[in-house]
Amino acid sequence: MYNFEFEKPSTVADAVAALAGDEAQALGGGQTLIPTMKQRLASPSKLVSLSGIAEMQGVQREGASLTVGGAVSHADVAAQATDYPALAEMAGHIGDPAVRNRGTIGGSLANNDPSADYPAAALASAATVVTNAREIAADDYFQGMFDTALEDGEIITGVKFSVPQAANYQKFVQPASRFALVGVFVAKHADGVRVAVTGASEEGVFRWSEAEAALDADFSADAIAGLTLDPSDMIGDLHGTKEYRAHLVGVMTKRAVAAAA
Amino acid sequence: MPKDSGIGASPKRREDVRFLTGNGNYTDDINAHGQAYVHFLRSDIAHGTLNSVDTTAAAAMPGVVRIFTAADFEGVGGVPCGWEITDRHGNAMQEPKHPVLAEGKVRHVGEPIAAVIAESLEQARDAAEAIDLDIEELPAVVDMKAAVAEGSVKVHDDLTSNLCYDWGFVEENREAVNQAFQDAAHVTSLELVNNRLVANPMEPRVAIGEYNRSTDDSKLYTTSQNPHVIRLLMGAFVLGIPEHKLQVVSPDVGGGFGTKIFHYAEEAFCTFAAKACNRPVKWTSSRSEAFMSDAHGRDHVTKIELALDADNNFTALRTDTYANMGAYLSTFAPSVPTWLHGTLMAGNYKTPLIYVNVKAVFTNTVPVDAYRGAGRPEATFQLERVVDKAARELGVDPIALRRQNFITEFPYATPVAVEYDTGDYHATMDKLTEIADLSGFDARRKASVANGKLRGLGVNCYIEACGIAPSNLVGQLGARAGLYESATVRVNATGGLVVMTGSHSHGQGHETSFPQVIADMIGIDEGMIEIVHGDTSKVPMGMGTYGSRSLAVGGSAMVRATEKIIAKAKKIAAHLMEAADADIELKDGEFSVAGTDKSVAWGDVTLAAYVPHNYPLEDIEPGLEETAFYDPANFTYPSGAYACEVEVDPDTGKVSIERFSAADDFGNIVNPMIVDGQVHGGIGQGIGQALLEGCVYDEDGQLLSASFMDYAMPRADDVPFYSVDHSCQTPCTHNPLGVKGCGEAGAIGSPPSVVNAVVDALQSAGKTDVTHIDMPLSPGRIWAALNS
Ligand SMILES: Cc1cc2nc3c(=O)[nH]c(=O)nc-3n(C[C@H](O)[C@H](O)[C@H](O)COP(=O)(O)OP(=O)(O)OC[C@H]3O[C@@H](n4cnc5c(N)ncnc54)[C@H](O)[C@@H]3O)c2cc1C
Repeated sequence: MYNFEFEKPSTVADAVAALAGDEAQALGGGQTLIPTMKQRLASPSKLVSLSGIAEMQGVQREGASLTVGGAVSHADVAAQATDYPALAEMAGHIGDPAVRNRGTIGGSLANNDPSADYPAAALASAATVVTNAREIAADDYFQGMFDTALEDGEIITGVKFSVPQAANYQKFVQPASRFALVGVFVAKHADGVRVAVTGASEEGVFRWSEAEAALDADFSADAIAGLTLDPSDMIGDLHGTKEYRAHLVGVMTKRAVAAAA
Repeated sequence: MPKDSGIGASPKRREDVRFLTGNGNYTDDINAHGQAYVHFLRSDIAHGTLNSVDTTAAAAMPGVVRIFTAADFEGVGGVPCGWEITDRHGNAMQEPKHPVLAEGKVRHVGEPIAAVIAESLEQARDAAEAIDLDIEELPAVVDMKAAVAEGSVKVHDDLTSNLCYDWGFVEENREAVNQAFQDAAHVTSLELVNNRLVANPMEPRVAIGEYNRSTDDSKLYTTSQNPHVIRLLMGAFVLGIPEHKLQVVSPDVGGGFGTKIFHYAEEAFCTFAAKACNRPVKWTSSRSEAFMSDAHGRDHVTKIELALDADNNFTALRTDTYANMGAYLSTFAPSVPTWLHGTLMAGNYKTPLIYVNVKAVFTNTVPVDAYRGAGRPEATFQLERVVDKAARELGVDPIALRRQNFITEFPYATPVAVEYDTGDYHATMDKLTEIADLSGFDARRKASVANGKLRGLGVNCYIEACGIAPSNLVGQLGARAGLYESATVRVNATGGLVVMTGSHSHGQGHETSFPQVIADMIGIDEGMIEIVHGDTSKVPMGMGTYGSRSLAVGGSAMVRATEKIIAKAKKIAAHLMEAADADIELKDGEFSVAGTDKSVAWGDVTLAAYVPHNYPLEDIEPGLEETAFYDPANFTYPSGAYACEVEVDPDTGKVSIERFSAADDFGNIVNPMIVDGQVHGGIGQGIGQALLEGCVYDEDGQLLSASFMDYAMPRADDVPFYSVDHSCQTPCTHNPLGVKGCGEAGAIGSPPSVVNAVVDALQSAGKTDVTHIDMPLSPGRIWAALNS
């Protein structure tokens, strides 16, 4: 690890100001950023911790939506998102207890790892990513592997989830990292079904629109029995071929629908 | 009533108190006054010509003490290999030089090129980044068959090819074996891969070199399974330091699994640099470094063929194996695919004719050497897979086919040079049938099928050669070391004992089990006995711990030394009681004169030995300390039968192990709880190999599985609760304890039953063309097999 400065502001405004400097970077739970720095693959000159900002904490129900503060840990979502059980369940299965106690929703969404769980949950929930500057719809937020609509220095202060009528997340783990080899989040909203897939695609998290259309007509596992995905866009690596991932998306989608229905 | 002390009891492991409360003394816990830190700049390419290593800018960086390159090691020896193999044609193996720091060329990702010593580790890393390397990349060779093909890129330009040796065993049987195949009623053949593994002990390797300028003594702290071996290899072959000027200490070591047997370049470097810089030098491996610098394990590609007669008797066995050596020969690498593998090919069966061919190959990968089981898992895997396949082809019950071919008379001389002293393979199979509830399998399969799952049952046997090893025999086979063990038993005046053993404990629980043996012999409390190991200045000599040898060989030395102690103590007791030596009996810590009520306590005798006022000074010396060296007459041959039951999810290909049962024959058992633990751990590693672990290189020699993100270690929820039994006991006939060793059995015996079970599950779903799947049996591979 290279040397760096450290700041721990107590308001979003102070954090934004602290991040204005060159090569400053926000620090959530550090579960991705710190290992990267230890490997000397990242060398921010300053870390601005978001963990002391009260306005980025808390899980709140407001009507049909559930708002999670940008610095809320996975463990807190698992324990407190009782109004959205599929989300709580998903958060409760990220990594191990240490990762869940430190890692945050903001960090996960900012990082947008192609195998992370939160991106699938946010996309399927038609979530709104709230930053210090604006609100970004999930459909516009995810822009490919490790790529998002965030500008430099922009902070995710919260995430607004639309609580669906029914939802479920199925994760098939990669045996070494236990990230998602394929994860499918299915959410049935009043205005339609959303199916978000993580772990599978070279382009990062995506919506499986054919499955959504079929499930809009008939929300049952059988409705998608005949659907297949084109393997050519899938990730192929030592843990699974493109074909295997394409197949798993189908299996996990069916299981999620069956569990949600 | 289970015993609560002595042989056969299961006292809790006394060493666990310090391990579990954070009070262990591991090498990284040691910090020498004024120590500097070394960071190795390692190659990130697999093969290249090292044109220049410019350290000028780096040397000027803050905190840098000194930077070393190969130029500083001129006149220093290479890292030696401890075993020479003679090939089929009577020629010695090809043995390239293994420099401490890369010389002229880099040959694998992770090879150290330069070493930066600085006041802090971060400064050393900073400076390493400022080293200017000029490496001209060469094409790498990773695949073994490609490496031995005509015109392949050569890993070592000064060798004639990438073939280290072409070994045939037993060479004289070759023609007879081929003939038997021509005469066979049935031949089953199978091609398979024994996947490359990374041992990944919880504690990465650490080395600290120290030098005392006033005495010219060197000292190395290192995470080794055998500090005396390191002292000998490093002192004699690399650095030229005589043993009396070199101390090697391996304190608490957090797991070894074979990978900490070997002498590594980093150890020699730290010792050398401590003297060159006149200050202690410390290196602690990161996990990333461990992946690319610890010797890997396994990595065989094999074709095995089994010949049977019309009555399903095995008539001959023939195997062809390519064994990866990596870029250099690690300490015992050449012995693993040969003498530790070929000699086990008879397994539990009376196959009369066997021929084993092994081609050891250099590639641009990390060196490969012994890993838990070392050669014996590779032998067991191929043998037990081909027997299973034969049973399927012949439509016979796989257990019945095994039983029909079991060796039943002992001692039994195999056609592959070893003689099994004892065993009862039907007994362990009977026990397995019972504990695995094999008769309930059909009902369990039905229940799984009703749940949409496929269920499979896999069974296998194993035999291993442990208690390594008779020195004269291994000397003939090319070992450059003896494989005895030593022990010194020092009795103190007040009756307590200190046992200095050459066996090294790095998780095995010797501090608990060894005292159980001595306590029984003398009849005193185990708490009066302390085990000292891991320090060349305290223990006279030691070949260390591997090959399940600690109790069988190290324990035997300890017994012999204790026998000498008892003999001398009886003489003292005879003097004190004015009786004849021959009439003295020792029981429950009391010496008595046979047929009388005269007795003296153990403590009275030990006190007399050190306060010899009333003492036969004209006949015996004061003091009570004895040393024994024990060289085994034969290997020991633990054996057993294992059963695995799996469920396969046909939608995803995911395997879950539902039941795992192990019936082992380890001979006599000293501490059943510790034996259970050893078997559990071994099975866990075997399941890891079978389902999860795979070390993968791409064709350019880049390590793809270079961290725990991609290299899957077994976790608690990957394994079931095991059913383990070691009540079948045919004691070893040639060591004083009748013990055989249990450290590797689990890792040797478990992979075949897992694969046999998965193949069985797939076959049960009508996939009769799936006769084998290579490990690790990842969900993707199984799904592909199901959809082939
Ligand atoms: C062993 C292990 C297992 C894991 N398993 C899983 C898993 O199964 N599934 C899964 O989804 N993830 C997994 N993770 C990743 C984990 O969820 C991380 O916590 C997450 O990816 C990053 O969150 P963080 O708060 O730790 O972010 P950090 O590491 O602190 O930061 C990550 C990135 O996000 C930026 N950032 C952080 N917070 C904000 C914010 N509020 N606004 C804008 N930018 C921000 C940082 O600048 C940095 O670029 C695992 C991690 C580990 C170490």
